[in-house]
Amino acid sequence: MRAERSGLREGDDEDFSVVPTQSPSQVQRNLESRSQEEINRKVTELVQFLLVKDQKKIPIKRVDILKKVIREYKDVYSEIVNRAGRTLQQVFGLQMVEIDTKHHIYILTSTLPRVEGENLKQDIQTAKLGLLIVILSFIFMKGNSAKDSAVWEFLRRLRVHPGEKHEVFGDVKKLVMEEFVRQKYLEITPIPLTDPPEFNFQWGPRAAKETSKKDILSFVAKMQKKEPSFWISQYNEAKANT
Amino acid sequence: MAAQMSDAHRRFLQVLMSHGIMEGAEARKLHRCCCEISKAYYAQDKLDDFVSTINNQLQPLFMQIRKGMSEVDGRTHYALVNMAETEITKMASDYAENELELFRKTMDLIILSENGFASSTDILNSADQLKTKKMKKKEAEQVLKIFVDDKWLSERNGEYTLHTRCIMEMEQYILSTYPDIAKKCNICHSLAIQSQACETCGTGMHLPCVGKYFKTQSRPRCPQCNDFWPYEIPDRSRIDSQSSSRRVSRRELQSL
Repeated sequence: MRAERSGLREGDDEDFSVVPTQSPSQVQRNLESRSQEEINRKVTELVQFLLVKDQKKIPIKRVDILKKVIREYKDVYSEIVNRAGRTLQQVFGLQMVEIDTKHHIYILTSTLPRVEGENLKQDIQTAKLGLLIVILSFIFMKGNSAKDSAVWEFLRRLRVHPGEKHEVFGDVKKLVMEEFVRQKYLEITPIPLTDPPEFNFQWGPRAAKETSKKDILSFVAKMQKKEPSFWISQYNEAKANT
Repeated sequence: MAAQMSDAHRRFLQVLMSHGIMEGAEARKLHRCCCEISKAYYAQDKLDDFVSTINNQLQPLFMQIRKGMSEVDGRTHYALVNMAETEITKMASDYAENELELFRKTMDLIILSENGFASSTDILNSADQLKTKKMKKKEAEQVLKIFVDDKWLSERNGEYTLHTRCIMEMEQYILSTYPDIAKKCNICHSLAIQSQACETCGTGMHLPCVGKYFKTQSRPRCPQCNDFWPYEIPDRSRIDSQSSSRRVSRRELQSL
């Protein structure tokens, strides 16, 4: 059996970074050697695993899926993932989206039509998202990239300071530079050859998937009581993006 | 009459999942909103049917939307709970080993206590004796705050008890882990963390259940042994848990 698996070296069972590439007939044969019950159990485990990670907005690595859930069922990996995906869609209206095709990292996004003004969570999470949207707006209006000094200066005007403990957000610097980055809402990269080090702020892959330039522009327009078309280049860019 | 799963159901589930737990009134409002947004048929006052449809789909995943009662105000809450857990595994992926140990110690203190509360002093002292990895008082305070934010614990005047969501989520675990100590309410037969208990026979009841049960009685008596019920009966219209466990003095009893 081992020789039949292409892409998997002898004695490589513990290498969870590699998923065996198999033909559909191989997958079918592997499936038949497992009971329906066993496969169902794995699908359920995977669905629960994905939901728990996603509730914390932690991106899910394929490596972790294989190591912590799939384990010895690697040979029917694709079947388990497909069925988990169907369950997520059917029951929760969620789908797995790959945001990093090189390292195979996923997030869950809603497949339900987005509604304006929909509040997903009426507490600290909403406040954090509010801050995030403000930052994303600033970045977009500045041409999709902004220097950290500019971002902090902008937030200072909203009475949010990186050095001080904020009554709602606590350690704002940590929230913005670590939590938002870890959750893939922001991408913050150091600008080379700067001393003291300066950083470049951009939208992260999750931001691109969970909102749109059009939504952000209409948010800015509402705040400034103007029409979105007032900002010609951003308006055109938002239109081209949909 | 099992209805079909629709986007309205899915939207409701997504929102409930992100909250963890929702009060009855909030859940009813959400039911209406979800139906409106999806242009689905809205059957007023049929939230439980709506939830049943979702539960049919959640069943094979060992999850359920359950209804529970807050021990503080008696209000109904809806929570998404994981049925497969036999221990605190739901929390396991979210917290470090020593944080979980602190939570278990806090739970011990709460369940062993008379009034269902553990003082922060006692909890912080136990942080010092953790077997997994000791925790300084400052760190333990932060962890407690996270438990409160995540709705595992509730805090009142520097004392901690289990959040309604935690009780709903872990009722089976608690009843099986503390078989002789964890109390069940004599009226509704659910786990009771905060309760009033008869001094003679030990029969316990939730505060809101006490309020409901004794509403029409002028001289409250224990439903099991018929002795005088020695506590102040919580006023149904204004449940103030601050005073509701206060024992009524002999003079007050005699004047009833």
